[in-house]
This record gives sequence, structure tokens and C-alpha cells, in this order.
Amino acid sequence: MFKIVKREEMAGGTVILNEIEAPLIAQKAKPGQFVILKANETGERIPLTMADTDPQKGTITVIYMIVGKSTALFKTLKVGEGYKDVIGPLGKPTHVEKVGTVVCVGGGTGVAVLHPIARALKEAGNHVIAVIGARNKGLLILEEQMKAASNELHVCTDDGSYGHHGFVTEVLKKMLETKDVKLVVGIGPVPMMKFVSKMTKEFNVKTLVSLNPIMIDGTGMCGGCRVSIGGETKFACVDGPEFDGHLVDYDGLMQRLQAYCDEEKECYGTFCKLNP
Amino acid sequence: MAEEEVKKAKKEAIPRQKMPEQAPEVRRRNFKEVPTGYTPETAMLEAQRCLQCKKPGCVDGCPVQVDIPGFINHIKEGNFTEAARLLWQKNSLPAVCGRVCPQEVQCEGVCIVGKKGQPVAIGNLERFAADYERINGKGELPPKAPPTGKKIAVVGSGPSGLTVAGDLIAKGHEVTVLEAFHKPGGVLVYGIPEFRLPKEIVFSEVAFMERQGVKLECNSVVGRTVTLDELFAQGYDAVYVGVGAGLPTFMNIPGENLIGVLSANEYLTRANLMKAYLFPEYDTPIVKGKNVVVLGAGNVAMDSARTAMRLGADNVKIVYRRSRQEMPARAAEIHHAEEEGIEFFLLTAPTRFLGNEKGRITGMECLKMELGEPDQSGRRRPIPVKGSEFKMDCDLVIVAVGAGANPLLTQSTPELSLNKRGYIIADPETGKTTKKGVWAGGDIVTGSATVILAMGAGRKAADSIHNYLKWGW
Ligand SMILES: Cc1cc2nc3c(=O)[nH]c(=O)nc-3n(C[C@H](O)[C@H](O)[C@H](O)COP(=O)(O)OP(=O)(O)OC[C@H]3O[C@@H](n4cnc5c(N)ncnc54)[C@H](O)[C@@H]3O)c2cc1C
Ligand SMILES: Cc1cc2nc3c(=O)[nH]c(=O)nc-3n(C[C@H](O)[C@H](O)[C@H](O)COP(=O)(O)OP(=O)(O)OC[C@H]3O[C@@H](n4cnc5c(N)ncnc54)[C@H](O)[C@@H]3O)c2cc1C
Ligand code: SF4
Ligand code: FES
Repeated sequence: MFKIVKREEMAGGTVILNEIEAPLIAQKAKPGQFVILKANETGERIPLTMADTDPQKGTITVIYMIVGKSTALFKTLKVGEGYKDVIGPLGKPTHVEKVGTVVCVGGGTGVAVLHPIARALKEAGNHVIAVIGARNKGLLILEEQMKAASNELHVCTDDGSYGHHGFVTEVLKKMLETKDVKLVVGIGPVPMMKFVSKMTKEFNVKTLVSLNPIMIDGTGMCGGCRVSIGGETKFACVDGPEFDGHLVDYDGLMQRLQAYCDEEKECYGTFCKLNP
Repeated sequence: MAEEEVKKAKKEAIPRQKMPEQAPEVRRRNFKEVPTGYTPETAMLEAQRCLQCKKPGCVDGCPVQVDIPGFINHIKEGNFTEAARLLWQKNSLPAVCGRVCPQEVQCEGVCIVGKKGQPVAIGNLERFAADYERINGKGELPPKAPPTGKKIAVVGSGPSGLTVAGDLIAKGHEVTVLEAFHKPGGVLVYGIPEFRLPKEIVFSEVAFMERQGVKLECNSVVGRTVTLDELFAQGYDAVYVGVGAGLPTFMNIPGENLIGVLSANEYLTRANLMKAYLFPEYDTPIVKGKNVVVLGAGNVAMDSARTAMRLGADNVKIVYRRSRQEMPARAAEIHHAEEEGIEFFLLTAPTRFLGNEKGRITGMECLKMELGEPDQSGRRRPIPVKGSEFKMDCDLVIVAVGAGANPLLTQSTPELSLNKRGYIIADPETGKTTKKGVWAGGDIVTGSATVILAMGAGRKAADSIHNYLKWGW
């Protein structure tokens, strides 16, 4: 068992943080990599990015939004309990180098994925401008941590309840217009990454996005996670999860994410009835 | 008639004992094992059909030279435990091999009785002896040599890795098996379905090895969680790599990323390893097609087709670009599939997949083929027939046209030399690779082959590793 040593509720209980004992993974993990977790015998294999690692303590941290049966099941796990299986680190680490000014754009739980990458980019000597957003103030996560991981932090909410009133892309646009931005990292819901990439394309600024297709093994063995990148099929679990944002077929990805939506609804519905 | 001949004539009068099976109409909708196994009486009767040849063909036909007349003789005498012990001398997973070996091209294919009539049912007898011992035996541990203090890491818990682990633990070494998945067994667990090989058999074999002292570490992706060099740094003296051929092959035709086009690896992993056939009791979902097409005609294709039927399909079609003669699946699987109502569209190849506005598969365009000259594999090459385009409706396509070498481990170990197709180069006699202290075998060396060949390679490598630990590289 992989024991949970710390658990926090964020964004009004819609997002959960788990710090988990996994010494081997903690030692090897690099920013941008993910793990696959399985709660129990009957559980699904769920990929989550590592939001943090502590090699000394031998722990990894994941932050996930409750969207269906498996994440709802994860939410029920308490400190001292744990996951039956944790596999990783998987995927290619983010390529971190000094390029100058970098804008890191995060939406929703994407901020959790973005955080270690922003921190690494800053440590590598880049000027990191972070732009993070959420639907409203209550759903915003990791503001303090993002402040520490960046040189400048901009916060946006869709409803204007906090920070800039509007989408992250609006702030991004201003940055692209006024600064010599060398790299943009955009992580969040697929539509957000799509619009970020569309905008940076106009400014011809290199853009990295992190894709979240449905996965099973996470080792390149099933092809279920395939995404179309510049017309070529890639397996996100081994070739990614980060890709050149200008080459991604976002509409294809959005469709493939719906592959099991009927089954997922059924499964989640039953779980919610049993665990009100 | 001489006495000998009378005996022979009597033997020939016993017909090959039929394997009792679930009826096709019943089994096509459940996941229980299809053949139910011989009773002791039928097994003893079948064993009498063996001529106990002085120069048995079957033993040469078996890739690991099981003493076939020997174990059959024990069954004939009712010494089932002895039969199982004899099997184990050459084959550490007889309950598996009795079920999945392509006996018709191995032992049974060269059985002397088979020259005139039907061969002795060697596979069925092997299965019987192994099952009998698993269920009724005392589970006594085999003798173990005194500890040598040497440590071996086995990467991959498929049939090849398990064989190495079993052999080396018996020789007194410390053995740890590292497996990427959360469950051990390799293809035996994630690929071959429950109705052909009950998982409980594989797990009981693994549990037996653990009782002998083999350590099992699941969730260890070698190349990611730990590298081969780190294993040596941790104090391992030798490493065996048996990671299988875990890379799906797609057709590279338009529409391949539509929802409802799955690799057989994905489909079978969902169904078997994740138990999606028990959804929603298990959480992993699976596409339940009504009109299912399976591309390919090997064991993997048959397993996919029969799984789809069991998940409630109205019809399942095997679409294959060559003819029946070239189908690579075991004869028994093709026969079982046909009995269960799987249709065969031979000499047919898809050219594109068609989808709807939601990105779901609705059909495919196909071409008819004819056979030309033999190609490199010796099989006649399929050539498209001009103007033969036609459309086939479907809502699920499972691509089972072969597998490749997964680069995850090999990319992280540059000293391992690979062939053009990415498989590890290893000495066929010893399994030694180009990296000192590292052996490899099974599908990651040969490409997709069979359980028994993977086990045979494991046995040779175990011997070579043992010698190395005593005498050096
Ligand atoms: C590499 C990677 C990293 C990720 N990191 C994070 C993270 O740090 N935080 C976070 O909140 N989420 C992350 N996700 C998404 C997360 O895996 C899904 O939200 C989760 O699997 C949903 O499972 P569920 O059963 O709760 O919901 P479901 O009801 O099963 O599904 C809801 C939606 O989630 C997606 N999904 C379902 N199953 C899977 C699966 N096996 N793999 C991937 N997506 C699936 C589908 O689009 C589905 O429509 C990541 C995904 C990937 C591929
Ligand atoms: C659906 C299907 C049906 C088949 N039917 C038959 C049949 O009827 N008869 C027959 O003889 N053969 C059959 N075969 C072929 C047979 O199963 C294989 O030839 C055999 O399993 C190969 O054994 P192996 O030990 O080399 O590899 P595998 O069985 O593939 O096992 C390899 C193991 O290594 C693990 N692994 C991979 N990468 C890593 C890593 N980096 N770190 C740690 N672990 C790793 C994998 O998860 C897996 O568990 C079938 C194959 C399939 C897919
Ligand atoms: S291992 Fe396979 S080939 Fe050998 S005797 Fe058994 S069934 Fe026949
Ligand atoms: S998850 Fe199976 S290949 Fe990526």
C-alpha cells in the first residue's frame, strides 16, 4: 500500500491534495512527469501529474479535481489509508533550460500541474510570469505557491470575483504584446490550451502544453492515449504528456476524451447514490 | 497375430477422448473456461492410447523436450502426482502450456499415433496432470540448493521471466521479479482471456514461486522507476530482461484515431487485466460493440473476437487479408471461434475507417485481395483486386495485426544492442546480451512468439546465469 501522509481539501472540496509515501518514485521524478494510481482491487488506473515531490521524505504530492467515480473514490481515502498501486514516474520530464522570459498559463487544476514546471523554469534562471485562472475565487488553487514559483503572478477569474475579470488568454495577450516572451507553457482544460496555442501562434512564440488523454498502462503498450501531433500519431504517455501546442489536434483530443462518457456517468451515478 | 500387435490394435480401437466443453450457445455469452477438463477416468483412458514409442516424435516436437511418454505413462498408472513432477522437470507452467500451446504443430503434430488416426491428446493430458496436482496435491515445495548469496533481478513477469525466477530460486539464488503492471503474469494475465486461461491458475503459479522465496515487486517500470544500471548499483549480480513485445501495431490508414478503434492490447487489457467485463463492479469501462470487426487472424485476434461476443455483440467479424491457410492462430481457437458464431471475411483488407460527427467509428472501406507470390515470411502475398471496394458497417474495430518491441526499457539502456526492429540481440543458446551481466529472452528477443518458446528461452538463460555466477561472463 502507498500510504497517504497528508490530505487537504481545496477549492471548496472540489479539489483534493494527497501527499503519498512512494520513496522510489520521489527519488526519480522530475517536473512534468506523472504517476498512475489505483485505489483498490476493483479500481481504475488513473493518471495524475506530480504537483510536488520530496525525495528526502520519500513522498509525492498529487492534486486532483473530483470529476467522476475514480476521483470521488480517491476523495474518500483518509490520512493513514492509501492507494493499492502507484506507478511511476511516467512520461517525459519537461525540458527545462534558460530561455529568458517565460509565461506559464494555468487554468483550473492545471495550475497544480503547472506549479513544479514554473518552479523549475524559475530555478533555471528564467523570468517567469505566471497567469493563473479559475471560474471564481473559491475555485482558485495554489495562489501562494505560484507566487513563490514565479517572478510575477497574475490571477484571473471568469466571474471577476478576484483579480482580473476575464480569461487567462486576455492577460497572456497583453504579455505577448508588451514583453519579449520566449516560451509559453499552457496547462489546463483542453479548450483553454487550444486558445492559448492559437494566440501564441499569432505571435509566433513557442508553446508547450500538457495533454491528458485517457490512459491505461502509461508505458506505451496499449495506444489508448494516442493523440495527433502535426498529423502524426503519438502516444501521450511515453512521447508526452507535453507537446508543441501549435501542432496538437485539440478537437480530436476532446472527442477521444468522451469515449466512455456514458459508462462514466453510470459508474459515477451509482457511486454517488451509495456514498451521498 | 503376435502379442505386441494385439496390444497395438487394442490401443488403436480407443478413440481420442473428447475434451468436455461448455456448449457454444452458452459459452459465447459467459467468461467461464470453455473446456472443462478430463476426469481421471478419461485421462487414464486417453493415456492408454500412447504407444510408449522407443523413439518418440512428440518429444522432439516439444520446444522444451518434455518427457511426454514418461508423464503419460504415469497418468495411465494413475500416478498423477508423479506425472506432474515429471512435467515440471522441463516445464514450470504445465497447466498453462496444456491450455495454450499450439500442440498441432508441436508434440501432437509429430505423434506416431497421429500418422494413421488422431494423435494422442498430449495437451489435454498435460493440463489434466497439472490441474490435478494443483487442486489435490500437497503443494510440497521442490528441493532448494543452499543459499549462494547471489542476487538476480528478473524484469517482466511473463512466462519467460517466471521460468527464470523459478529455476534460479531452486538453485539457491535470491530472485526479485520486477513487473511494470500492478499484477504479475504478463500476457497470461493481461492478454489471454479468462475463458481460455483462468487467471487463478497463473496467480497460483506465482504464489507458489513466492512461497519458494521469489520476491515480487509490481508497479516497477524498469527504465523509469529504476534503470538496469541502478539495479547493479543496488547489488544485483545479474539481470534477466523478459519484457515481452508490448507495442501495439496500427494499420496507418485514415480514421484510425476515431473512438471505437482500439488496439487489441488496449481492448484485452481493459477486459482481462482491468476486468472491464465485470463493469460496473470493476471501475474500468470498455466499448461494447454491437457490430464488431477484428483485424487479423492470430491468437490475439481470436481472443479479441471471442471477448467481443461475450460482451454482447450481435455479430463479430474477423477480417483478414490472406486466406484460411495462412491464419496464424491455434487450430483449436479458430474452431472455437467459428462454433461461437464468429464470421470470417478472408482476403479482405480495410483501406479507411469512417466516422460520424462525434468522432465515433461507423464503418470501414475495404478491398478484396488475391494471393500472389510468397513473400519473405514464405506466405503468399495478398494483392488488392482492382475495383473491389466495398463498405462494411461496424461500431467497434479491434486492431490485432501484430505487436512490436516496446522501447521504454531499451531506450534507457544504450549498451543493449538491438536489431533493426528494436528487439534485443541475445545469444540463442545462452540468452546473453551485449551488456555484461544482462540476459534477455522471450518475445523481446524473438518478436511475438509462443508461451513455450518464451519459457524455453528463460530456461536456457537461467542455466547460463547460474554458470556465470559460478564461473564468470
Ligand atoms: C498525464 C495525465 C495527467 C493528469 N494529471 C491530472 C492532475 O494532476 N489533476 C487532475 O485533476 N487530473 C489530472 N488528469 C486527468 C485525470 O486523470 C482524470 O480527471 C481522471 O482520470 C478522471 O477519472 P474519474 O473516474 O474520476 O472520472 P470519469 O468519470 O471516469 O471521467 C471524467 C473525464 O476524465 C477523463 N478520464 C477518464 N478516465 C481517464 C483515464 N483513465 N485517464 C485519463 N483521463 C481519463 C475523461 O475525459 C472523462 O470524460 C491527468 C490526466 C493525464 C492523462
Ligand atoms: C492475446 C494473446 C493471445 C496469445 N495466445 C497464445 C497462445 O494461445 N499460445 C501461445 O503459445 N502463445 C500465445 N500468445 C503469445 C504469448 O503469450 C507470448 O509469446 C508470451 O507471453 C511471451 O512471454 P514473455 O515472457 O516474453 O513476455 P510477456 O508475456 O509479454 O510478459 C512481459 C512482462 O513484462 C512486463 N514489462 C514490460 N516492460 C516492462 C518494464 N519496462 N519493466 C518491468 N516490466 C515490464 C509486462 O508488463 C509483462 O508483464 C498470445 C499473446 C497474446 C497477446
Ligand atoms: S509443452 Fe507444449 S509442446 Fe511440449 S508437450 Fe506440452 S503441449 Fe506439447
Ligand atoms: S496509456 Fe497505453 S500507450 Fe499510453
